[in-house]
Amino acid sequence: MTSLATKLETAAHPARRNGLSDLSIRNLFIIPTVLFLIVFNIFPLIYSLGYSFTDFKASSNAPANFIGLQNYRELLSDEKIWANFVITAQYVIVSVSGQMIVGFGLALLLNRSFPMKGLVTTLLLLPMMMSAAVVGLFWKLLYDPSWGVINYALGLGDFAWLSNPEAALFAIAITDIWMWAPFVMLLSLAGLSAVPKYLYEAAAIDRAGAWYTFRRITLPLVAPLLLIALIFRTMEAFKTFDIAYIMSTQPTTEVIAIRLYKQAFQQWDTGKSCALAYIVLIMVLAITNIYVKYLNRVKER
Amino acid sequence: MLRKNLTRLLAGVGFTLVGAASAYAEDLTIFWAEWDPANYLQELVNEYAKESGDTITVETTPWSDFQTKAFTEFNAKGDAYDMVVGDSQWLGAGATQGHYVDLTEFFVKNKLSDVMAPATVKYYAEYPGGSGKYWAVPLEGDAVGWAYRKDWFEDPKEKEAFKAKYGYELAIPETYAQMRDIAEFFYRPDEKRYGIAIYTDNSYDAMAMGVESAIFSYGGELGDYATYKVEGITNSKEAVAGLEMYKELYKFTPPGWGKTFFIEDNQAITEGLAAMSMNFFAFFPPLVNKTTNPYADVTGFFANPAGPTGKRFAALGGQGISVVSYSKKQEASMKFLEWFIKDETQKKWAELGGYTASQSVLKSPEFQNATPYNKAFYDTMFMVKDFWATPEYAEILDQMNQHIYPYVVGDKGTAQEALDATVKDWTATFNKYNRYNN
Repeated sequence: MTSLATKLETAAHPARRNGLSDLSIRNLFIIPTVLFLIVFNIFPLIYSLGYSFTDFKASSNAPANFIGLQNYRELLSDEKIWANFVITAQYVIVSVSGQMIVGFGLALLLNRSFPMKGLVTTLLLLPMMMSAAVVGLFWKLLYDPSWGVINYALGLGDFAWLSNPEAALFAIAITDIWMWAPFVMLLSLAGLSAVPKYLYEAAAIDRAGAWYTFRRITLPLVAPLLLIALIFRTMEAFKTFDIAYIMSTQPTTEVIAIRLYKQAFQQWDTGKSCALAYIVLIMVLAITNIYVKYLNRVKER
Repeated sequence: MLRKNLTRLLAGVGFTLVGAASAYAEDLTIFWAEWDPANYLQELVNEYAKESGDTITVETTPWSDFQTKAFTEFNAKGDAYDMVVGDSQWLGAGATQGHYVDLTEFFVKNKLSDVMAPATVKYYAEYPGGSGKYWAVPLEGDAVGWAYRKDWFEDPKEKEAFKAKYGYELAIPETYAQMRDIAEFFYRPDEKRYGIAIYTDNSYDAMAMGVESAIFSYGGELGDYATYKVEGITNSKEAVAGLEMYKELYKFTPPGWGKTFFIEDNQAITEGLAAMSMNFFAFFPPLVNKTTNPYADVTGFFANPAGPTGKRFAALGGQGISVVSYSKKQEASMKFLEWFIKDETQKKWAELGGYTASQSVLKSPEFQNATPYNKAFYDTMFMVKDFWATPEYAEILDQMNQHIYPYVVGDKGTAQEALDATVKDWTATFNKYNRYNN
């Protein structure tokens, strides 16, 4: 017992000589972060939950009145809000599935050795590093029917992508795919390079076809990483604001985040906006939870 | 009231303390949107700095962000801006929510109701309408007008073809119906020439300003601003006809004309795309400048045409300057306003390119002949009408956008349905704010 105590003491000494114990280093790193999170995340989160049950308007001097669930009732029975949710869902499906297909496809193409592979990979990652506002403004020019390069290249004449109510949402989704497919590619690439080579060799010996190998070896082994990419992208796409806001003002592209922004900062309907923000939060949490459950199942396999 | 007095008292105390420490010279900030007139204003206030020693910075932000940024600052009761050149629609919110300092006394003392053009006093300064309470000093007069391609209009071959097709001379349109014909006549997609450029951006008030110009000229109204009555007014048959005409004009716009405001409408002229282009007068200076418009020599201007009954109106733009009630330098701001309303300042303001609201300057021949569009501007300023200035205007503007945009750009439903739906939403909103109880 005594020898152990001495040993521990000597082990602790060097740290003390340097001025900080492990405990204080831990505190030094964690406490500011926790404080930061409480002040800027947890506190506003709870505070806004309180506001979501009131008729508070940040623009008026009138005190907030407690109105119970009225905000939630009004929002959930408002046809226009549902229309915004439908638009958001369409956008998420098109944009995320597009990103998964393009991103994973690119990863499959890059998962072999060829000259200047590093450079090509880096170049492909560039879109993801740009500011969404800049991407939106540039694609607006690319889509322009009078001088845009897209219509010129595809020979579409003066088809107005962003003024056409049906096409506008797809045009924005395409931009989002261009920007974020590299992210999916990066994660898939990590997954692909981790697949042991001997599995493919074994499959080749057993004369398995390319499709069979892909379906039974590649896909299951990359699936966990693909699912993580899917979770990230779905969450992001659900909250999309910047690209959509910059590229189009069509009512058919008014995703839920834009409606929320207008309600909160143009009309100053603070209480109701808090409620809407909570509805969105709960939806995102629910969707993410489904994915996470599925992800755990995939991992167990 | 107590709160306001307290704020004033505190502001006064703050002012004395600051004043004692900093030997009278103040740094003031005026907030405005990002456009040429803001640069002219900066030049003007530089003159003031030379005279008074108080330096003034004109801070700007893009139009789409202007309202949000200003009201975020107001609602936080921030003192970042000492004065703000706010849109006419903001008056209600500025006045009733305590963001603006009451300038009635200043207004009466300086007889500004006689000095400034009547429409600018009515729409930029007074709230509620007819109350004799003033919250701003008219700074930049503005309204919707039109630029057109003189060379296309005056081409003898075009004139002949036009007469053969429509039975009357091709000239500056007197009515919306003529404007529609001319737009149709010049709409030639295969030549990359189009008839007309109008506002369609629904992120703020651009599209509403275009639509209301047509509705007003057709004899319609957006409602009774005093009683908040909208049913039967906002969706009257005159208003419906005006909206239908706006949609008709949209047919003859260049392709992809679905999110357009002043930049795009000026491009329609500078790129040689359209025969006529709607814009606020304040955006016309680049069109007469050879370096920014290759067709500067052949660009002409006209005032908004009349409707079928001869009624003729145009949507009001422009802004008044207000003192922000949360500013700690209100006295210095008032001193600046006294300088700003002087006749020679107003003259200088007009020379720099600002659209003064001062009647004597507006009526002077120097002003009217200074640019090709000043005469049209002068004519327009006496036939302007404005959107709602009620505190909840942002909400009702968004509701209107929601209904008219799909009709005009998306080809959904009818004008009657769009305005009926607008009336329904507006009634609900006005009910929410208890507008019908008193």
